[in-house]
Amino acid sequence: MADYQTHEHDVLVIGAGGAGLRAAIEASAGGVSVGLVCKSLLGKAHTVMAEGGIAAALANVDERDNWKVHFSDTMRGGQYVNNWRMAQLHAQEAPARVRELEAWGAVFDRTPDGRILQRNFGGHKYPRLAHVGDRTGLELIRTLQDHGIHMGMEVYMECTVVRLLKDGDRIAGALAYYRDRGRFVVFKAKAIVLATGGIGKAYKITSNSWEYTGDGHTLAYDAGAELQDMEFVQFHPTGMIWPPSVMGILVTEGVRGEGGILLNSKGEQFMYKDIPDLYKNQTAKDPEEGWRYCTGDRNAQRPAELLTRDHVARCIRREVKEGRGSPHGGVFLDISWIKAKIPNAPEHIKRKLPSMYHQFKELGDIDITKEAMEVGPTTHYIMGGVKVDAESQMSRVPGLFAAGECAVGINGANRLGGNSLSDIIVFGKRAGEYAAKYAKEQSAPALHNDQVEAAARWALEPFDRQGGTEGPYNVQHDLQDMMQDLVGIVRREDEMQKALEGLGKLRERAKRAMVKGNREYNPGWHTALDLHNLLVVSEAITRSAIIRKESRGGHFRDDFPAKVEKFGKVNLAVSKSADGQMDVKEVAIPEMPDELKQIIKEMG
Amino acid sequence: MSTTVSSQTVTLRIWRTDGQGGGKFENYTTPVTEGMVVLDAVHAVQAKDANDLAVRWNCKAGKCGSCSAEINGAPGLMCMKQLAHMPLDQPITLEPMRAFPTIKDLVTDVSWNYRVKKEIKPFKPRPADAPDGTWRMGQADVDRVQEFRKCIECFLCQDVCHVLRDHQLHERFIGPRFLVHIAALEMHPLDTEDRLKELKDAQGIGLCNITKCCTKVCPEHITITDNAIIPLKERVVDEYYDPLTRLWRLVFPKKK
Repeated sequence: MADYQTHEHDVLVIGAGGAGLRAAIEASAGGVSVGLVCKSLLGKAHTVMAEGGIAAALANVDERDNWKVHFSDTMRGGQYVNNWRMAQLHAQEAPARVRELEAWGAVFDRTPDGRILQRNFGGHKYPRLAHVGDRTGLELIRTLQDHGIHMGMEVYMECTVVRLLKDGDRIAGALAYYRDRGRFVVFKAKAIVLATGGIGKAYKITSNSWEYTGDGHTLAYDAGAELQDMEFVQFHPTGMIWPPSVMGILVTEGVRGEGGILLNSKGEQFMYKDIPDLYKNQTAKDPEEGWRYCTGDRNAQRPAELLTRDHVARCIRREVKEGRGSPHGGVFLDISWIKAKIPNAPEHIKRKLPSMYHQFKELGDIDITKEAMEVGPTTHYIMGGVKVDAESQMSRVPGLFAAGECAVGINGANRLGGNSLSDIIVFGKRAGEYAAKYAKEQSAPALHNDQVEAAARWALEPFDRQGGTEGPYNVQHDLQDMMQDLVGIVRREDEMQKALEGLGKLRERAKRAMVKGNREYNPGWHTALDLHNLLVVSEAITRSAIIRKESRGGHFRDDFPAKVEKFGKVNLAVSKSADGQMDVKEVAIPEMPDELKQIIKEMG
Repeated sequence: MSTTVSSQTVTLRIWRTDGQGGGKFENYTTPVTEGMVVLDAVHAVQAKDANDLAVRWNCKAGKCGSCSAEINGAPGLMCMKQLAHMPLDQPITLEPMRAFPTIKDLVTDVSWNYRVKKEIKPFKPRPADAPDGTWRMGQADVDRVQEFRKCIECFLCQDVCHVLRDHQLHERFIGPRFLVHIAALEMHPLDTEDRLKELKDAQGIGLCNITKCCTKVCPEHITITDNAIIPLKERVVDEYYDPLTRLWRLVFPKKK
């Protein structure tokens, strides 16, 4: 171990998106020593790509909003398999977390009376998303970054964690490598907060970047924590689909929040054809009422385009499958039509959706103020993640915390747009706070040399492989193709069984994948190591999806297209058994307290 | 995704470092698909011919500012540069940003930027306007600051700034990115901090001679020079030089 650079911190945060930064800020404020590790440069994490806004019941635009409505919307969107306590804490604490961002320098768009402006979004009853045009994520991450760097935390950029280290049952640290020189670094820590985001790179069509390889999910799983709800993957209904090179890049739901409509090739506003019972009372009767809602008519219900993401994605798929798709296999999303309703529509669109305007102009040669976009579903988010205590965000491994996308709880079977940015600051703060508190109560753990050596040997193995025939990118691409085809937006038992077999073969191939070159900034090597994580999360998704024989939220089974009551009472927990096999079991959802039941009933 | 619309190919002439402080250009040819951007072509090369080719990227949509490079000699984001808009009859030359030390291939050491930012005095708001701890600001009052806050920290402006690139005055000048950052703080309606002395001295705003190269390369179209740097220069002048000028003029009035 003497060979390795070693750093010691009370709290080590892995991941520097919104959740990681917020956790690091809170832990630093708690007076402990904090290390923040990130795979990319600081400020480049996936949070930067969040567009539409951050959901918080500030009630600045509609005074009827409050935490209870937000809680109820979140539970309904999640089809009631959420962790209700987390959904409650989230709804209650989000407003304070948003105001805090303003105190740290964030500059949100304003209401006429000078407060934080809020916009409409899918599944939210009232205009609830605080936003900055369509670059809210950038505002959030930059605010946290610029605040955080003055808090005394140590930031380790372009540093990837390979494995968590333990001292008995408890967390003791992590082994990582610096991307630039490929050298190992050992972190010794009393508490670790995982904030590594999602798993989108397990799929071919995704809005996620290279970083989203399920690192935190896998690190926690390998360290003995439980994962949960892994079958619930969110396919965002509107990704770019043309040209091919931009396939999957996100088109914000904010387009629909500002009045954008979805059309099929016949020019039908098809979302009005199928309104789920759960949302009948909350949805506009016709497009005209929907438009009135978007312009602030308080007596109007929200347009069918703003139904939850799982539903919209499936409707788009249905239109395409039944032959009413756009030329490149999606549907049309049109915001330009609002020129019939308001003066200066092009300027309005450019001001409210500046990045969308540029994205289509520069990557698709399309002017969205004049013509419709072509869109289709893209893998966007995983509701499932590391199972944690609602209050403290600690997993069942003492000292191991998780927050944000890599943790599970608030979203249930489907996440509402805007609830992720609020999730990451609410539970990022909680994770940081409780990790610091935990660390203060603990003595220093011992690092065990054998664990460090074993992890380092494993990480270097790809360089020693001889006689292989392929590199890691081949394996990664085949995995992505397979998950897209067999465990994607619509699932079937036989296809998923095939995927399980396929995963076994891919794992063998991953073990033989050859790496060329040396350890210095070598993406081939990094990809070879990421394969392990992608394979673990892909297996967890597939196994859970096979067991949930019903359709709910982001999980849709062609062979079980209806909701089944008994599955509404359980979550699926994934853990590593003693023999190293993946174990999936049903866990009963705890009974909701009467007061929360009452809220849901009242919100109808 | 690999729908090749024609048999057209592109040759990339990519700077490959040798690990000894030098390097050379190497040519790679890859098929062109519709809508392909430079970064796609780099990824295709990386996946097939050069697994160890180092390149930074994240969002692939011009939002994170990771894939900055010099494309045919012009600094830009590789993810936003469509091949269809470039001549493909000759190789496309790709080099790392030359104002920063190269780590490997197209990846540069930009850590200096992070050190610079840490030295800048952070946001310090005035007391809250309302009893609930919130403030009131009009949209018109924040428009300018929001323009500056669009910055994605791609550091292309730092790359083209001749004070940094040609004169290497990194110890005396913070560069356009951080002048924009300071402008965003100084013009924030709630901020109460004073950063003018540092701007004049350690941060070297006087070294900028307004050639506007930074404005031209900004992928976020921030009017860096006109909206950020010049107003800051005016504030520094008002604060530190204007009274002297007035005194001077008192003693030596201008001849009509």
